[in-house]
Formats: sequence, C-alpha cells, structure tokens
Amino acid sequence: MVERRPVGTLISHLVLIAGVAIVALPLYVCFVASTLSFDQVTTVPMQMVPGTHFVQNYLGVLTHGSAMASKAPVGRMLWNSLVMALSIAIGKIAISMLSAFAIVYFRFPLRRTFFWMIFITLMLPVEVRILPTYKVVAELGMVDTYAGLTLPLIASATATFLFRQFFLTVPDELAEAARIDGAGPMRFFVDVLLPLSRTSMAALFVIMFIYGWNQYLWPLLVTTSEDMYTVVIGIKRMVAGGDTLVEWQLVMATAMLALLPPAAVILAMQRWFVKGLVDTEK
Amino acid sequence: MEKRVVFRSSWLPYALVAPQLAITLVFFFWPASQALYQSLLIQDAFASKTQFVWFDNFVDLFENAHYLASFKVTAVFSVLVTFIGLALALLLAVFADRILRGAKFYKTLLTLPYAVAAAVAAVLWVFLLNPTLGVITHFLGRLGYHWDYVLDAGQALTLIVIAAVWKQISYNFLFFLAGLQSIPKSLLEAAAIDGAGPARRFWTIAFPLLSPTTFFLLVVNVVYAFFDTFAIVDAATSGGPVQATAILVFKVYQDGVQALDLNGSAAQSVVLMAIVIGLTVIQFRFVERKVQY
Repeated sequence: MVERRPVGTLISHLVLIAGVAIVALPLYVCFVASTLSFDQVTTVPMQMVPGTHFVQNYLGVLTHGSAMASKAPVGRMLWNSLVMALSIAIGKIAISMLSAFAIVYFRFPLRRTFFWMIFITLMLPVEVRILPTYKVVAELGMVDTYAGLTLPLIASATATFLFRQFFLTVPDELAEAARIDGAGPMRFFVDVLLPLSRTSMAALFVIMFIYGWNQYLWPLLVTTSEDMYTVVIGIKRMVAGGDTLVEWQLVMATAMLALLPPAAVILAMQRWFVKGLVDTEK
Repeated sequence: MEKRVVFRSSWLPYALVAPQLAITLVFFFWPASQALYQSLLIQDAFASKTQFVWFDNFVDLFENAHYLASFKVTAVFSVLVTFIGLALALLLAVFADRILRGAKFYKTLLTLPYAVAAAVAAVLWVFLLNPTLGVITHFLGRLGYHWDYVLDAGQALTLIVIAAVWKQISYNFLFFLAGLQSIPKSLLEAAAIDGAGPARRFWTIAFPLLSPTTFFLLVVNVVYAFFDTFAIVDAATSGGPVQATAILVFKVYQDGVQALDLNGSAAQSVVLMAIVIGLTVIQFRFVERKVQY
C-alpha cells in the first residue's frame, strides 16, 4: 500500500466481501440444498440454513444414485472420475517429459518436424474435432473403456512446451558432468532431470488433474454404459429428466461430491496451482 | 535457444518421442484430416452414396439462417462473457491488491470456482435461477420481475453468461492480481508524492502497465467463451429456447451427434478450427511483442 487511507481500506473490504459473497452464493446454496429433504427443497422459498438429511442424501447418492432419474451409484462415478483425472494428469506429464527430453537433449533427423507436429495440437481443442475423433475411438473398440476416455486427451502440446522451456534453463554443466562421470542419457534423466523437475511436475499435476476431472464433452460421447459415467456426466443425467422429476437435494449432494476433490487439490497444492496456471499459459 | 551439450544415440530419441507422437497421430492428425475431408463430401445417413462436392457444404453453411444466427449468438455471448468477466475480476483484483489483512482469505474463496466443472457450475446456477424453485427467482418475483429462462431467450442467454463468467472469474482474478503485484511500487509512490489519488494512479499507471495481462486475458477469454462453454450450454439450456443459446460449438455437436448431419458438422468443425488458429496466431504475435506503453 502506498499510503494509509482507512476509508479506502474499508471500501476495499466491502467490495471484496460483496465479491466473495456472490462467488460463494451458489456453493453455499448447493451445500444447504444437499442437506434437506425432498419436501424442503421444493418449498418456495427454500430455507437458507442446513437441514438434517446430510447423511441420508450423501449415502443415498453414493450407493444408489437418484431413484427418480439415473440410478447409477455416484460412488462408482467418483471412481471413474478419479481414474480419468489421474490417468490424464500422470499420462500427460510422463509422455511430454519424455518427448521434451528427446527434443532438448538430442540432435536427430526430423527433430523440428516432430516438435511442430506436437506444437500444432495446441491449436485444436477436442471440441472442434469431436465427431471424427469419436469415430477413430469407436473403430479402435475403445468406447466405454478407460483407454478411450483418457488417451485422446493425453496428447497436448502445453506440457511438452512447459518441460522444454524448463529443460532449456537447466545448466549445461550438469549434463556435461554426468557425461564425464559415464552416465548415459536415461541415467541423467532419472537422477538429475526428474528431481529438478519436481516443482514443474507438481504445478502441472494440479492443472491437469482439474482439467481431467472436469471434462464434459468427451466422456459424454464415449461413455454409453452407466458403469463408465464420470460424476460430471452423472449430474447432467440426473437433471435431464425434466423439471418435475429432478430430486434437487440429491443432485446438489452429487454436485458437492463432484466439486470437492478438485477443490481439495487446489487448496492443498495452492502454491503449485498458481505456478501451474501461469506456466501452462506461456 | 539450443543446448550446447547433447547426448548421442541413433534410436533413443525416437523411442522417447514415440508415445506422444503415436497419440498425436491417432487422435489428432487422423481425426482432423477426416474432418477436413468429410467437409468436402455429401453422404447420406447410411454412408451408401458419397459424392465429392468441393466447398458446397461451406456455401450451404453460410446460406443457412440458423448457422448465421448461431454466429451472432456466439459473438454476443463471447463479448458479454469476456467484458463482464474481465471487468469484475479487475475490480476485485484492484481492491485485493490494496489490502493487507485477510488477502489470503479472499483469494482462496475467489479461487474456488476454478475447481468447479463447467457443467456443475451450470447446474448450480440453474438451481438458483430455476423458474419454479430458484432462490433468486423467488426474490426477483418479489421485486415484480418475472424470470423464466426456459421460455425467454434473453434470460436464457443471461443465465449462461452468468454461469460462464462465474466459472472464469478465478482465472482472470489471479492473473490480474499477479499483474498488479508486479507493478513497481516506486512508480506508484512517485505518483502519490506528486499528489495523484488512488483513482488517478490506477488509470494513468497501473492500467496501462497491465495491458499485456489484459490483452492476454482478452484472447484467453474469447477462446474460453467460444469453446470451453459447451458444457455450460448443454447442461443449462441445451441451446434453447428455440436455438437462442446455440453457440457454434454446441451446434457442431447438435448437428453432428444428435441430427447426424456428418458433412455439415465437419464443415462447421473446419470453420471453428480456422477461428482457433486465427485467435492463436493473434495471441502469439501480440503477446510476443508485449502490448505496453
């Protein structure tokens, strides 16, 4: 702060409190609704203090889903989301570290071509090429499998780019010393580069975990059996039944379950989260 | 920039890039080329007759009133999402930058929407603004305002704008805050000594110095509004009422997956690809050059 202005500070707090209140309102109402009974949720106006059906609603959706709409248990969906988010995050980090290592630390024919082929994927999100990608996955027999759910989303230039930038800043002396000591390239990768990349890996992990967990369009296309639904798709199926059939208290309980894991990852890894955001957009 | 020290191996680098390259070829180049190829064909629904028609699909597309209407909806939607989102985030970031106590508390809470999936964000706002049950609908009704986004086109658009802005506010806020915090304090102090008040300091020093961040966020937000909001539209309004919220990405899905018009949908994909490539080029050219005064 440049100077002391008690009134200015007060206004700042008021604006921020208003902002936080608006941002938090949907989350709070969601939590309250998830603790009410069906009759309480459908009473207009809905009460603004939590009710007593917390355990009943959450246990209910985890094991049986919503009786009136999609009966798929949310527990299974959470598992699918977790598998998807972890596979995407870890898969992306693994394959892009390897390719970035090859591109930075080796000279070989077609190196530039490969780099540009990877780089160009930056430009086309899944959303613009959904149908053909779906066809490829269907022809490979990967509909309703974890492979079909995750592999098409693992290829991304962002992570390769990030690791390339990072490897370029690693002092050449380290590679030289490793070579003089007789370490081969893979030994250097595992013993020197991997430990040095821990921060970048953590930062990328947070962003990619959230990206994978929150995917919508791709799982919507590729999962047809209820066993393979992710939790985000599950919520959509619960509200798709039309207005009278929606059990909002269960939808809201599922929404809380869907948003808690990514929120927990952000809160637990806050330092890396902001770094990850900034890094992945360079 | 290149490394001076490199390793030597005739096969290892190929083995290292192989996994990424294989996935890129199978799930990226192959489908993208299929989309390009399909967009030049006419096929009936059973794929028994196929005819090469050059650019007829594109001509049809741009003569189709629904498609042009979708362009307009997308333009209005992305302008609203971008400007409201950036303005609110900048406002909050400016005030968060001023205070010392509680900054972390505000920052943490404002970060939360980033964790919420777009489809879930849409469902949360649909619940708040539900025509019969919604908490906000109830208060609007008391104020004498009739809210029913299921029937009213303008209100449906408002709903998806609100959900899209809410979801993106964390991202914009964090980048603006980081941008504001990197402005040298000496500049602001010098201006304060010369008698410039907080508002004057913001408009003549902080805002111009923020321009690289603002420009970067502008492009990111337009891309977000164009492509990442599919989930919001699908979960909140499904493009309705009567196509009033059918943005371009939603139409690709609707025409391709639901109506099974493969070639029309492929042509739409190609148009979208051209838009993303254009936006990415703009982003790179200007971000490299650093918009600044």
